[in-house]
Amino acid sequence: MFDFFLGHYAYWGIIVLMLIGLYGMIFKNNLVKKLIGMTIFQVSIIMFYVASAVKWSATVPVLDPAVGAADAARYISPLQHCLMLTAIVVGVATSGVAFSLVIVIYRHYKTLNESLLIERMKSQP
Amino acid sequence: MIQNSPALVPLILLATAILIPVLALKKEKLAYPITFIASIFSVIVSSYNIFRIWNGVRISYHFGGWIPPIGIEYVLDPLSAFIALVVNIVAFFVIWHSNGIRATEFTGKSVPYYALTLLFLCGANGIIVTGDLFNLYVFLEIFSLAGYGLIGIGERQAPVASFRYLIMGTLGASFYLLGIGFLYIVTGSLNMADVRNIMVHVQPNPAINVALILIVAGIGIKMAIFPLHGWLPDAYTYAPSTSSALLAPIGTKIGAYVIIRILFFVFGIEFVSSDFNITDLIAWLSAAGILYGSIMAIAQREMKRMLAYSSVSQIGYIGLGIGLANPLGYTGAVLHILNHAFMKGSLFLVAANLRKKIGHSNIDKLDSSYRKKLPWTMAAFSVAALSMIGLPPTAGFFSKWYLALGAIDNKNWLFLSIILISSLLNAIYFFRIFENVYLKPSPTGKTDEMPIKKTAKKGGSFIGDEEPSLTIPVAVLSFSLILIGLWNATIVKGIIQRIIPPGM
Repeated sequence: MFDFFLGHYAYWGIIVLMLIGLYGMIFKNNLVKKLIGMTIFQVSIIMFYVASAVKWSATVPVLDPAVGAADAARYISPLQHCLMLTAIVVGVATSGVAFSLVIVIYRHYKTLNESLLIERMKSQP
Repeated sequence: MIQNSPALVPLILLATAILIPVLALKKEKLAYPITFIASIFSVIVSSYNIFRIWNGVRISYHFGGWIPPIGIEYVLDPLSAFIALVVNIVAFFVIWHSNGIRATEFTGKSVPYYALTLLFLCGANGIIVTGDLFNLYVFLEIFSLAGYGLIGIGERQAPVASFRYLIMGTLGASFYLLGIGFLYIVTGSLNMADVRNIMVHVQPNPAINVALILIVAGIGIKMAIFPLHGWLPDAYTYAPSTSSALLAPIGTKIGAYVIIRILFFVFGIEFVSSDFNITDLIAWLSAAGILYGSIMAIAQREMKRMLAYSSVSQIGYIGLGIGLANPLGYTGAVLHILNHAFMKGSLFLVAANLRKKIGHSNIDKLDSSYRKKLPWTMAAFSVAALSMIGLPPTAGFFSKWYLALGAIDNKNWLFLSIILISSLLNAIYFFRIFENVYLKPSPTGKTDEMPIKKTAKKGGSFIGDEEPSLTIPVAVLSFSLILIGLWNATIVKGIIQRIIPPGM
C-alpha cells in the first residue's frame, strides 16, 4: 500500500494540483482568481503528459553516440513533450482571451467580484 | 490542387482569417466581401468533397505526406463530408445576412468580427475533417476561442457570459485533453483509426473507462448536454444576433459530431454500449434535457433567450439519438444535426431581423402589425417553427420520426413518450408567438389600412418594410426545410445509412 502511494508520487502531486485548480475555479469569487485556478488546472494536465513520458534509466530524446539508435527504450518518449508544447501555446492563447474579457468586464462594471458583478448586471443592464 | 480538397477548406479559412486584419486594416469595408468569398469557396469545396465520397469510398489525406499512424490524417468519409457541408451552408447564409445587421449590432468592429467568424469556421471544419485525436483538441480550442470572442463582441453583459463560457469551455477542453492522455497511455496512438484497431486487443481496464468518462464530460460541456448546459442561455442571449445565429447551429453540433466520432468510431459500439455502458447515461441525461429545455423555453418572454433554451432541448434529441445506440436512433441524431442547424439558424436570424427592424424581440410585445411589416420574416419564422414542432412535410418531423422508431426499437417507452410530450411543449412555446403575430390585434388598431397604403405607394410591393439582404437568407434557410423534409429519403439512404458505425 505504502509502495503504491510512494511509487506514484508524481501522479499524486498532479491530482493535488488539479484539485487546487478546480477549487479556485469553483469557489473563488474574484474573476482573476478563477483564471489562476484555470491555469493551474491546465498546467496539471501538462504535467500529467510529461509524467507519462518518463522512463527510468533513459536519456533525452536526442541521438547520443554513446547510447546509439538501436535501442529505443534508452530514450524517453518525445511525443508527449511535442504535444504539450502545442497545449502550452493553446493555454497562453486562452489566458490572453480571458484577460481581455476581464478587462472589458472591469470597464463596464468597475468590479471583478462575482457576487457584486451579478448584482450590478441586474441593477444596470 | 484538387486532390488536396479535404485539407483545403480549413486552410483557406485560416488563411483568409489572417488576411482580413491585414487587408482590411485601412478599409473596413473589405472585411465583408473577403469573408463572403471565402465562405462561398468553402461551400463549393465541401460540395465537391461530398461528390467525391458519394460512392462510399473513405478518402484519407496524409498531411505533409507522412503515413497515418505517424503523421496527421484528414479523413473524408460520408459523415465528415456531410456535416462539413451542413456547417458551411448554414455559415454562408449567416455571413450573407450579417452584412445588413453589422451596422446596428457591432458598429466599427466588423474587422475583428469577420476574422473571428472565419477562425471559428476554420476550427469547425478542422474538427470535422481531422482523423487525429490531438489535432482535434487544437482545432477545438481554435473553434472555442473564436467563439468566446464572437460572444464577447455583443451587448453590455456579453463579456460576462463569454467569460463564464470560457471558464467552462476550457475546463471541458482540458478534460478532453486528459481523456486522450489516458487513451494514449493505454494504446500508444493518437490516430483515430489506429486507436480503433488497437482497442480491439485492449483488455477492459479502468484507464479506458476513465478516458471515456473524461472525453464525454469534456465534449459534453461544449455540446451542452443537460446538466452541463449552464453557459448556453446567457451566451446566446447576449451575443450579437449574427453570432448567436452562427454559434447555435454550428457550435453545439460540433460537440455532437465529436461525441459520435469518438464513441462509435474510436471506442467502438460494443464497448460504449455493453462493456462500459455510457450511452445509457447520455440517453437519460438527454431525455431530462429535452424536458428541462422545453419547460424553461415556455417560461421565457424574450425570443433569443427562448431559442437558447430550446437549443438545450434540441441538443437533447441529438444526445438521445446517440444514446439509443441503434441504427434508427443514430440516423435520427445525424438527421437532426442537419435539421436543427437549419431551423435554429433561421430562427435566430428571424430574431436578428426583429431586433434590427423593430428594436426588440420581446414576445409579449409582438402583434399582428409585425406580420404586415415583416411578411417574409414571419413566413420564414412560421415554417421553421412548424419544423421545430415537427409537422410532417417539414424536416423536423423526419428526425423525430427516426428517433421515435429508435426508441421503439429499444423498447424504451419512456423515451418515446418524452419525444412526444416535448413536441407538445415545443408547440406551446411556438404557438404563443403565432398567436401574437397572426391573431393579436395591434394596439393602434390601424393594421388593416397600413399595408394597403404601402402597396399603393410602392406599386405592388409585397415585401412590406423588409430589406432583401436581410430577408432572402432567412427565407432560403427556412423554406429549404420543406425541401429537406421532402428529400429526406435521399439524404438518409445516400449518406446516413452508409455511415452507420460498424457493429451497430
